[in-house]
This record gives sequence, C-alpha cells and structure tokens, in this order.
Amino acid sequence: MGAGHVHALYVHEPGRLHPLAPQAKLVGLVLFVLAVVATPREAFWAFGVLAVLVAGVALAGGLSLRRLAGRLVIEAPFLAFALFLPFVGHGPHATVAGLSLSTPGLWGAWNIVAKGTLGVAASVVVASTTPVTQLLHGLERLHLPRVVTAIAGFMVRYLDVTTGELQRLSIARQSRGHDPRWIWQARAVAASAGTLFIRSFERGERVHLAMVARGYDGTLPLLEDQRAPARDWLACLAVPATAALIACLAWTVLR
Amino acid sequence: MSSPPALDVRGLAFAYPDGRQALFGVDLRVEAGERVALLGPNGAGKTTLALHLNGILGGGAGTVDVAGMRVAKANLKEVRRRVGIVFQDPDDQLFMPTVARDVGFGPANLGQRGAELAASVHDALHTVGMAEHAGRAPHHLSFGQRRRVAVATVLSMRPDVLVLDEPSSNLDPAARRELADVITGLAVTTLMITHDLPYALQLCPRALVMDEGTIVADGPTRDLLADADLLAAHRLELPYGFDPLSVPPPPG
Repeated sequence: MGAGHVHALYVHEPGRLHPLAPQAKLVGLVLFVLAVVATPREAFWAFGVLAVLVAGVALAGGLSLRRLAGRLVIEAPFLAFALFLPFVGHGPHATVAGLSLSTPGLWGAWNIVAKGTLGVAASVVVASTTPVTQLLHGLERLHLPRVVTAIAGFMVRYLDVTTGELQRLSIARQSRGHDPRWIWQARAVAASAGTLFIRSFERGERVHLAMVARGYDGTLPLLEDQRAPARDWLACLAVPATAALIACLAWTVLR
Repeated sequence: MSSPPALDVRGLAFAYPDGRQALFGVDLRVEAGERVALLGPNGAGKTTLALHLNGILGGGAGTVDVAGMRVAKANLKEVRRRVGIVFQDPDDQLFMPTVARDVGFGPANLGQRGAELAASVHDALHTVGMAEHAGRAPHHLSFGQRRRVAVATVLSMRPDVLVLDEPSSNLDPAARRELADVITGLAVTTLMITHDLPYALQLCPRALVMDEGTIVADGPTRDLLADADLLAAHRLELPYGFDPLSVPPPPG
C-alpha cells in the first residue's frame, strides 16, 4: 500500500541519544568530523581512542556495535579507492608481504580509511538515533536556507511514493513476461524510467496545485521552532570537545 | 434569504489553453450548510469546476461568489481560506514530513503561529479522528488515514465550503464508512464530487448531475438516482442490485 518505511536508518528502540535536540546533534557531528580530520595521521593511538569514543556513544545510544559495523558497509566503495593508493603512489617504496608498496600511498590509504570510518560511524550514530523529520527540523533551526530544507523534505516525503510506483511498474512488466537479462533488453526498463519521470513531474504539478489551494504564496512557513535545552548542547558538544582534545594532544605532548 | 449562498456560480465557461472547452455555462447555487453531491461521468468537467471555486482556474466567462465574495485576483487569499479543496490523491495533498506540519500548512499561510496554530491543527485532526497520529509521517499511514488527514489539512483553515474530489475512491469499506462518519459530523457546507452513487445517496440530500460542461439535473439525490433514463443518458450507473428507493434517506 505504499506505506513502507523510508527511515530505514532510524533505530526505533529508544536510547539515551534519541531525545536530544537534533540541531545539537548535527553541530556535534560536524565538529567531531572536523576534529577527526585535524588529528595527525601518524598518531595511531589517537585513532584508537577516537574509535572507542564513537563506540561508547553508539552504545549509549542503544546501538549495538554489530549494527554499527553493518551500516559501515556503505563506505566500502571509498575504501576500495583507498586500497588502490599504495599501488599507484609515488615516492619511496616498501616491501610488504612480497609486494612493493608506495610509502606515501600507504599513509594516504591509512588516512582515508581511519578518518573516513570514524566520520561515517559518527554519522551512522546520529542517523540511527534521529528521525529524518527531526534532522530536517534541526537543519532549519541551524538556519540552512529554507529552500534547501524544503527540497530535502520533499525528497524524503516522495521517495517512498516514487519507489512504490517504480515497483508497481516493474511488477506489471514482469507479470507480462518481461525478464531482462541482457543489456539490449533494457529498453523496457528505460521506458519505465521515462514514464516514472513524467509521472513524477505531473505529480509535482498536482502537489503545487494542492499547495496553492491552501494559500501557498511562495514561502514555506516555519512551523515548529523549538530551542535546544542547554543540557542537550552540553551533551552533544562534549563528544567533539573530547575529540578536539585528543587531536591537540596528538599534535603536541604525545607526538 | 438573509445570508448569502455558500456558493453562487453563474454562467461559468472555461476552455483550457490547448483549446479544449471544459465548461459551457455552469449555473449552480448551494446554500450555507447544505451537503450536495456533484455527479457525472469522467471528463464531465467536475474537477475543472472545483478548481474555479477557489480561483485556481479562471479567466473564462461567468462569475463565482463564495459566501458573498466574488472570486477575483484581489481576494484570492480569503477565497482560498473559504473554499477548502480535498484532492483525489492524498499523496498530492500531503507533502510535509509530518501530519501535524501538513495540517498546519494552510493556517500558517494565513498567518497563524504558535499556540493558535497548534490549536487549529489539533482541532482539525481531532475532528477526523487522527489526533494521535500528529507526529507521524504521511507515508506511514494507511490510505484511508491519509485521506482523512487530507480532509484535516483544509478543515484547519476553517473553510466555509468543503469540496471533496472523489472522496471514496480507493477506500476499503471500513475506511469508506469512517470517512462518511467524518463528513456527516462536519457542520460545513460540502460539495462532494463523485461517481460513487450510493455514497452520494448516503451523504448528500441534494445532488447535481454534470455532463459535457453543464449542469443537466438538480434535485433530491434519491429522486435523481431513481431516474433510470437520466442516469443512462449521462453514463452514470448504480452498482448491481442497488435500489436507491430501498435505503433510508440521508441524514440532515
């Protein structure tokens, strides 16, 4: 009935992170990523501590490490690119297990893998503990342009409707014996994509019509406006503050 | 009559930009508090007429007055508050991330904010029995629930006239009955566009038949539906075995 769940990332079991204000979580996430990126890649210990930090936050949010690891799969394509670097890098080479690998390439790969994984893991934690509507609200509170949050909102709202239509088109095709296996059979699939585009375009017009009928005059009103309590800010900023401290130590005392 | 009619349409004609003429001089008058069904086959011009009632379409001949106010560019905002249209596909109507925000969209466009807005949203959702779903996303609701929320999105603007475009389409019998309960519970002038004839009989004491861009019949729903020649002439058909004279008259 098209009533599937788009919020596949959201974990419904309530944890301690769920009730925190979304804008505080978003700011905390961005600052955390900055702190991670600022950490020197030579400080292996620092990345260990940061990983423990992320894992601790995930556990506090009621997210099992297994689930977190499962969702990290999304960064696999980037990791594949990173693994390529030691083979194509220039500069001095080192021999590892019989392979001649570029030392700067190895450092570059490590840098991407470590920092990327930490950043993705932190994003996964936020996405798992914040419903999409809350994320949009948080972005509005952070004064992201209204047109951007509106577009994101429309996307979230109609993704499900459009994928539902795509599925129905595909089922209808298959029911008539279509079973594409080769590239030259892709014609029907392409035609479906075209149909879907036209339908979405027409739906866009109908949605606009329904909006105009309710007095829409070009600006979307901001409906909710909840301030984040200081407690939430404190909790959400403690994590990037810790990460920043680790980065500072890695650059100075413990270099 | 002391108060002006809720809807007063005179000589309304309209052709789409591509030249296809959809309305050929429509006259109709709906008194305040009436519940009227607008019946007619596909392509009769029913939806085109509805889009004239709140000034989305216009520019042809004739006039539309809503509770005494002429539909014209200068007072479109007030006209759109007065006439609430519930479109056929709730997915076209519900576009906000949550039910509450969608129901609040209309009143917020009217300038409501804060507690006043929250009260409008709550009242409208309560009326359609969806208050407990305020925080949910529209696509997580069943089709029948979405249809009722779509009704709430215009009720929250406290309209004088509610226009429902095919309200019973795609509903299962239980959702259909729930929607009927909501509609009969409303104290607002209602124009219901439909080709679901039993539903029209159940909800609307009066009916209009529209075909080829004009109103061809106007009278008590029961009498119109009992007129087999009229129905046959305008591609309207009762469900198999349904006798409009065998059911009790609609309430109100």
